Amino acid sequence: MSDLRSLVRRRGSLLLSALLLCALPFYLDAFWLRIGLFSMAAAIGAVGLGLLSGTAGQLSLGHAFFLATGAYGYVWLAGEPGPGLPPAVAAVLAVLLAGAAGGLFSPVAGRVKGIYLGVATLALVFLGHHVLLTADSVTGGFNGRSVPPLEAGGFAFADSGPRLTVLGVPFGAEERLWYLGLALFALTCFTARGLLRGRPGRALAALRDSETAASVMGVHVARYRSAAFVVSSMYAGLAGVLLALSFRRVVPDYFSLALSVDYLAMIVIGGLGSVAGASAGAVFVTALPLLMTRYADQLPLVATPGSGDGAIGPTEASRYLYGAAIVVILLRAPDGLSGLAGRARARLRRRPPVTGPPGAASDSESSEESGASGASGASDDSDDSDPSARAKEHTP
Amino acid sequence: MSGFLDNLLNGLALGAVYALIALGFVTIFKASGVLNFAHGSLLLLGGYLVAVLHDDLGFAGALALAVLATGAVAGLLDRLVLQRVGGHDPHAAHVQTIVTIGIDIVLVTDLARRVGGDLLPLGDPWGDAVSDLGPVTVADSRLAAILVSAAAIGGAFALFRFTAWGLSLRAAAEDAEAAALMGVRLTRVRTAAWCLAGGLAALAAVFLVAFPAPGLERTTGQIALKAFPAAILGGMASPVGALVGSLLIGLTEAFVAGYQSDLHVLGEGFGDVAPYAVMVLVLLVRPAGLFAARGAARV
Repeated sequence: MSDLRSLVRRRGSLLLSALLLCALPFYLDAFWLRIGLFSMAAAIGAVGLGLLSGTAGQLSLGHAFFLATGAYGYVWLAGEPGPGLPPAVAAVLAVLLAGAAGGLFSPVAGRVKGIYLGVATLALVFLGHHVLLTADSVTGGFNGRSVPPLEAGGFAFADSGPRLTVLGVPFGAEERLWYLGLALFALTCFTARGLLRGRPGRALAALRDSETAASVMGVHVARYRSAAFVVSSMYAGLAGVLLALSFRRVVPDYFSLALSVDYLAMIVIGGLGSVAGASAGAVFVTALPLLMTRYADQLPLVATPGSGDGAIGPTEASRYLYGAAIVVILLRAPDGLSGLAGRARARLRRRPPVTGPPGAASDSESSEESGASGASGASDDSDDSDPSARAKEHTP
Repeated sequence: MSGFLDNLLNGLALGAVYALIALGFVTIFKASGVLNFAHGSLLLLGGYLVAVLHDDLGFAGALALAVLATGAVAGLLDRLVLQRVGGHDPHAAHVQTIVTIGIDIVLVTDLARRVGGDLLPLGDPWGDAVSDLGPVTVADSRLAAILVSAAAIGGAFALFRFTAWGLSLRAAAEDAEAAALMGVRLTRVRTAAWCLAGGLAALAAVFLVAFPAPGLERTTGQIALKAFPAAILGGMASPVGALVGSLLIGLTEAFVAGYQSDLHVLGEGFGDVAPYAVMVLVLLVRPAGLFAARGAARV
């Protein structure tokens, strides 16, 4: 009985937040909706990276490349020049294309482990950027390409087409894309949780904690590593498609190393290995610079953009903040925002916070997720396995 | 033929500078197990200090101060921030690696804000002078890069080989626990390694922005990332490997840039990204790098 009640309660809060998110377009203007859109796209990408780095312990700095593959793949497949496929088909193919790109890299991704993969994937970002700049006919070169709007069954996710008014609110591109983003985000969370809690997630976590132990238990090391990489690239591709639709123009310089680092910052700030954490981190990292730019004139110490060299502009201020956030979070709360939230909830319920490893903060939802946390073991869930064996593993 | 020799010399000079950076990576990695993603910002810091100070102190004084200051900053970062991250977690080095990314974001943002859109001259004594060496003409700055790097790298190798610190470093890299039991102070050894790496990065900055490069700009630090392939090629834990990897990367970049007209299929400016292509190719064949210890699966 209490099981049922807790289930209802949990589903209830989920339902409530879903309702809230669905209602937002009726109250917010385009600026806030755009922040939401970018955040949702970033969250999809961050969840994918979280699978790879948080669960499988493989560091990737190549996320920008797969975002670019998704974005440019969609633009080329749906656009002119290009095959000019129906946009919905092009979007699906773009996601598959990103996955295929990840698969092509799998000879490296499957065999190079941990932080070394981070360096190897640097290559993808730089080579990819080079291709985006030089393959004019496909990518439009330095100036990029405009993005054809997504259409499905005569309904366009853009300002074009028949005017649409719901409950007195005109539905333009932002409102329509908002619901598309929500649907894709929900799909992402659903599938990612399934993966994390099921057999693959456990296999990857075992692999992260000890490669040898995992392979003895029957986990095919290279295959699982490559698979995690491919799945993470597909999420990145999906995020890329949504980003392209929100930006309406894709340019190569957006998909730089800084973008990859942003995604890494998202999952670290949010808390490694947790879907909710990755989403929260994505909102934080995405919304911060936009909000700071918007309210630059009201913030102390922050100059409005373009007020000369040497002043701290909003972009710089937000970069300081989240650079520092990475350092402080890893110093003080290695399980990130999701761990903090879990402990706050535990305190609210007047339960003494569980002493012991912070990664194992006990709460209904976060315990399952943060049990699988810690890229490279940001949380110390080490006690259960044989610590001496693992200490040796990292002695160069 | 002179084209070939030109490219060869350019590649050697470039490789020598990359070697300074890569040697820093490897030293840090050996001592602490951390891949230092903040290396680019340390390099930028060194270059920036030289650019700011050379008017008052002269080039040599500014360089000396910049090397010392950058080394000190690196050492402090390690002592005050990195060593406090992760505790006794066996994965602490990985967590610290991610922390260096955070540090890099902060440092690069700040330095880029100070440099702004300018090109800062470093006031180096070579200027745009060139020398004739038989059939080839080569910029003095490149010769200086080769000579100074060779001296610095030789010095660093001597440190590794002949000093008590070098012995401690090698012992700690071999087996940290045993070294600690033998009286090696691991924290000191690794802080000293960070200082050395910071100093080498500052030195490298000077030659990276010397003629024919236009001067120090906000993106100069990104060049340090090219030393990552060099270090990875060498197997990350091997100074000799880093040296070979750096020369390989430098030569590749110089030859690809030199024969660009014949390689136009690959697009303009492929030289800049060629090091990464080489890295991927090598990793395909040898995932652990060229000079990694063979068959040592660490359990």
